[in-house]
Amino acid sequence: MTEASLPPLPQIGPVTRRPPVGGPPRTWQTGTVVEIRDETPRMKTFRLSLAEGAVHVPGQHLMVRLTAPDGYTAQRSYSIASAPGEGSEVELMVERLVDGEVSGYLHDELRVGDSLEVRGPFGGWFVWNGRSPALLVGGGSGVVPLMSMLRHHRAAGITQPMRLVVSVRSPEDLPFADEYAEETTLIFTRRTPDGWARPAGRLDAATLEPLLIDGATAYVCGSTGFAEHASQLLVSLGAPVGSVRVERYGPTS
Amino acid sequence: MANPFRRPESRSAERDPRLPPGQYDTGSSFPVLTAEVTPRLDTAQWTFRIDGLVDEPVTWTWDEIQALPRSTFDGDIHCVTTWSKLGTSFAGVSVDVLLDAASVSPTATHVVAWSHTGYTTNLPIADVTGGKAWVVWEHEGQPLPVEHGGPARLLVPHLYFWKSAKWVAGLRLLDHDEPGFWETRGYHDRGDPWREQRYAGD
Ligand SMILES: Cc1cc2nc3c(=O)[nH]c(=O)nc-3n(C[C@H](O)[C@H](O)[C@H](O)COP(=O)(O)OP(=O)(O)OC[C@H]3O[C@@H](n4cnc5c(N)ncnc54)[C@H](O)[C@@H]3O)c2cc1C
Repeated sequence: MTEASLPPLPQIGPVTRRPPVGGPPRTWQTGTVVEIRDETPRMKTFRLSLAEGAVHVPGQHLMVRLTAPDGYTAQRSYSIASAPGEGSEVELMVERLVDGEVSGYLHDELRVGDSLEVRGPFGGWFVWNGRSPALLVGGGSGVVPLMSMLRHHRAAGITQPMRLVVSVRSPEDLPFADEYAEETTLIFTRRTPDGWARPAGRLDAATLEPLLIDGATAYVCGSTGFAEHASQLLVSLGAPVGSVRVERYGPTS
Repeated sequence: MANPFRRPESRSAERDPRLPPGQYDTGSSFPVLTAEVTPRLDTAQWTFRIDGLVDEPVTWTWDEIQALPRSTFDGDIHCVTTWSKLGTSFAGVSVDVLLDAASVSPTATHVVAWSHTGYTTNLPIADVTGGKAWVVWEHEGQPLPVEHGGPARLLVPHLYFWKSAKWVAGLRLLDHDEPGFWETRGYHDRGDPWREQRYAGD
């Protein structure tokens, strides 16, 4: 049997971003903390100045590595929250998890002027290059890569339609709170601000349906539970399966 | 100046020798990482196919593949996002059995594993033969949950877990290497966790 006669294999989507030819220059580099901002009681933005810089596409993440004096290391992935094109500076936004090894250290110990090791950017699927309409759906800290997309959309004056849905438990849990405008729909699952029209409750079809955009790529990011719920909702509302890109942050839901 | 980072007291001082470099033990949890929408596959319609450079392409139904000799894996799995799950178990059928049934052509050098979702991943034949790879439908004695690739996924535990295609639909034998979904998007072509082959060029 020759290969030419084989039916083509199905495909999820075209390759939107290939790594540089010859392998990417993705060695570990030093990131120095130049600013720390509280977003919520459990979330902080860390602005890093990278020794060698890193050109990212919105949606990509960095690997962060911490090394103890005895040589013990821990590495985790963190999405880039800032827009591309801020020189050699990038922002990460980290939620502190209970007993979280890396997030706990970043929150409790890291100060302006300290440095850590980063590598990247990585990710060639959950990326938005600005050339298609985008529906962004984030739960909790899952809004981070979507914020990079929104900030890029604004900073670069991109005219492709963009809508953002952000789901958090309560008003105190909302990161980037002063950056949302008319493109954004906020969902509060446990408690709403006073006088809020939509009662507290998880993202539902009635809320999502009017936000769909024809021809859009959907980017869903958050905990496994949230990502599963939101991506299934999108498909049930008619979004083509191949147009939904999902990033899952881990086990908690 | 920050206090230096330290190994948390809750984590054992002895690094578990089963952990490859840069990995941590996720304990009893089993994180879910998938790029696409979780498909709902009905075993009544499910098939698994071996084609490409084989004497006889073979397609199995759910009942047919279940009737093949059962084979189990007990050991560790490693995700490129740095978690490892130690001492876990899966059951299904060895890929050796499936390839033997189709009789692989001597010119074949690689496989592309593909999924019902359109996900693909590439592997040299040597990485899926000799008792190193399975198609599995049980995890720790229970049916494989859909978020972990159920009803059935590929299992290639000696490589990073993106090679263990969820919702696997078939293997295609080729006479060349054809990088798959993640391999064309910046991840390493082979993905050996012991060599920390995470990204292209590692
Ligand atoms: C592509 C990608 C992008 C990401 N981007 C972001 C981002 O932008 N922002 C963000 O905040 N996160 C992000 N994450 C998640 C992040 O990588 C980490 O998983 C997260 O910060 C938790 O790491 P940790 O070391 O703090 O917690 P871990 O120490 O890994 O623990 C996680 C949780 O499990 C429990 N746990 C796990 N193992 C043990 C153990 N042995 N003993 C006791 N308890 C345990 C802890 O209590 C904790 O609540 C991203 C993940 C991915 C894959």
